[in-house]
Amino acid sequence: MANNTDFLLALEGVTVSFDGFKAVNDLNLYIDKGELRVIIGPNGAGKTTVLDLICGRTRLSSGSIKFKDEEISNLKEQQIVRRGIGRKFQTPSIYDDLTVFENLELSFPRGREVFGALFWNRTTEIIERVREIAEMIYLSDQLDRSAETLSHGQKQWLEIGMLLIQDPELLMLDEPVAGMSVSERTKTAALLNTIIKNRSVVVIEHDMKFVESIAHRVTVLHQGKVLCEGDMEKIHADPRVKEVYLGH
Amino acid sequence: MSNSLFGKRSYDVIAFVLLAVLILVVLPLTLDAFRLNLFGKYLTYSFVALGLVLCWGYTGILSLGQGVFFGLGGYCMAMFLKLEASSVANTKIQSTPGIPDFMDWNQITELPFFWRPFHSLTFTLAAIILVPCIMAFVLSFAMFKRRVGGVYFAIITQALSAVMTILIIGQQGYTGGVNGITDLRTLLGWDIRPDHSKVILYFVCCVLLLGCILLGRFVLTSKLGRILVAIRDKEDRVRFSGYDVANFKVFIFCVASAFAAIGGAMFTLQVGFMSPSFVGIVPSIEMVIFCAVGGRQSLVGAVAGALLINYGKTVFSESFPELWLFAMGGLFIAVVLAFPRGLAGLMTDQVMPWVTRMRNGKGGATPSISPSPAE
Repeated sequence: MANNTDFLLALEGVTVSFDGFKAVNDLNLYIDKGELRVIIGPNGAGKTTVLDLICGRTRLSSGSIKFKDEEISNLKEQQIVRRGIGRKFQTPSIYDDLTVFENLELSFPRGREVFGALFWNRTTEIIERVREIAEMIYLSDQLDRSAETLSHGQKQWLEIGMLLIQDPELLMLDEPVAGMSVSERTKTAALLNTIIKNRSVVVIEHDMKFVESIAHRVTVLHQGKVLCEGDMEKIHADPRVKEVYLGH
Repeated sequence: MSNSLFGKRSYDVIAFVLLAVLILVVLPLTLDAFRLNLFGKYLTYSFVALGLVLCWGYTGILSLGQGVFFGLGGYCMAMFLKLEASSVANTKIQSTPGIPDFMDWNQITELPFFWRPFHSLTFTLAAIILVPCIMAFVLSFAMFKRRVGGVYFAIITQALSAVMTILIIGQQGYTGGVNGITDLRTLLGWDIRPDHSKVILYFVCCVLLLGCILLGRFVLTSKLGRILVAIRDKEDRVRFSGYDVANFKVFIFCVASAFAAIGGAMFTLQVGFMSPSFVGIVPSIEMVIFCAVGGRQSLVGAVAGALLINYGKTVFSESFPELWLFAMGGLFIAVVLAFPRGLAGLMTDQVMPWVTRMRNGKGGATPSISPSPAE
């Protein structure tokens, strides 16, 4: 087993089975520091499951997941988050009953214990940081609005903002442009290009145009295994990828 | 908008002041000692309703076992008062003088070990809060760490209240059984039975209640309060924002149980006894109804709900005793179907906008204040 310390995230021999069905089968995946990796693949290939495994939502059947050379597969979700891994869900997952400002404030990585939260002080530093993030996600004039009333695209951005304010070293996005209009997609691509500085990002996406606009390296998953990995040209040239995914 | 936020806050303050005036001034001036004591009893239920606002209304944890915590607080108080009432001089006709009468009737000849510390008032006051809190902590920690929630949690709390009732009734010699702990007389030599004592206890109860409302408001307006709402909305997301959700749920459940316990202790003092009929499933569910009718997201609303329903119960059951349960059931169905946010919701959603409209109508100008719809 390779034990290369250069990788930020290393999945080795990862298998997970649900009642005998192997959703992810002996998967190896390595993410470098500062890398933007796109994972594509047909439905049921295990893409979302891989993200669920990394962030602790689903437990491994066997294998290991190392983040910065430390095993994280036995940690709880919130512990993994605190190590520096942020996760965006497929459907926008925000707090509908709170305002945009409060959504971002809650995600600020401090005051996470019960009494820390009870005696929380909204300092100017926090307000500044919330405004800074809101600026990035195109919501700076919506801070007092209830999150419930945002449009679908704005909700997606808000969730990305909630991750950014945590300043994670690894950011995982599950279909960030699904259901967005063309202009929202362009803005999201620009947003992604700003936020990938200083951190590694893993994106799951179906929209090939969008993938081409952002991808550095692409991993194709098929039936829980890596089918092919490399830059966009290599993926396009690979006959197996054409057969299972791109060809349609 | 920040404007409406301010508006909501000032509603809260107005409601709090109105409640304080009602219970501290209006009721004592208009009611005789007997009726005032009845309202004192209703107020003790509103402590429980307050706790339910925190854990059910804001965090989404429905507990059908708040009667257990109400009862534990009440029993702790009753044990102290009973020991004081069972002095050797008072109980010299018993075969074992100096122990509570019901123990003597059950052939117990020595004070059980867990009764002994209740000779001390300091210990008792601490126990009133700590015993229910520890119980709530153990239960909720075991459940929430395993991510048992929602209906399952409600069912387990309900089972707890059944277990508690059976335990109290079964252990007659130690608990007074189905009769409860009765014949309580003095608190450190001060007779709690005459009318003037009851008036003082009523005011103590009011002050404690107002204090609990302020404490609840402090919790709800802190960041912790917003985390509770977030947990109600999207528990998973809160976890992925780096919070240990179970800790927050355990905390708020313990606060709710402590509020209920204070209510229970004040109940014992004002009514003069404590019995298992306040611990079981029916009273626990009634308390949820008080909270639902008053408004489960409003502290003052829940208190008002407890007062109104209990007042209604007294008035109604004096004239039509057999109809009361139907009326209460009907009311609960009406609340769930027609105004899920209770009386407080009715107030802020219907009455206040109507008042604003009337005022604007008089002024001649009716600016559109409806928020712009989402895209």
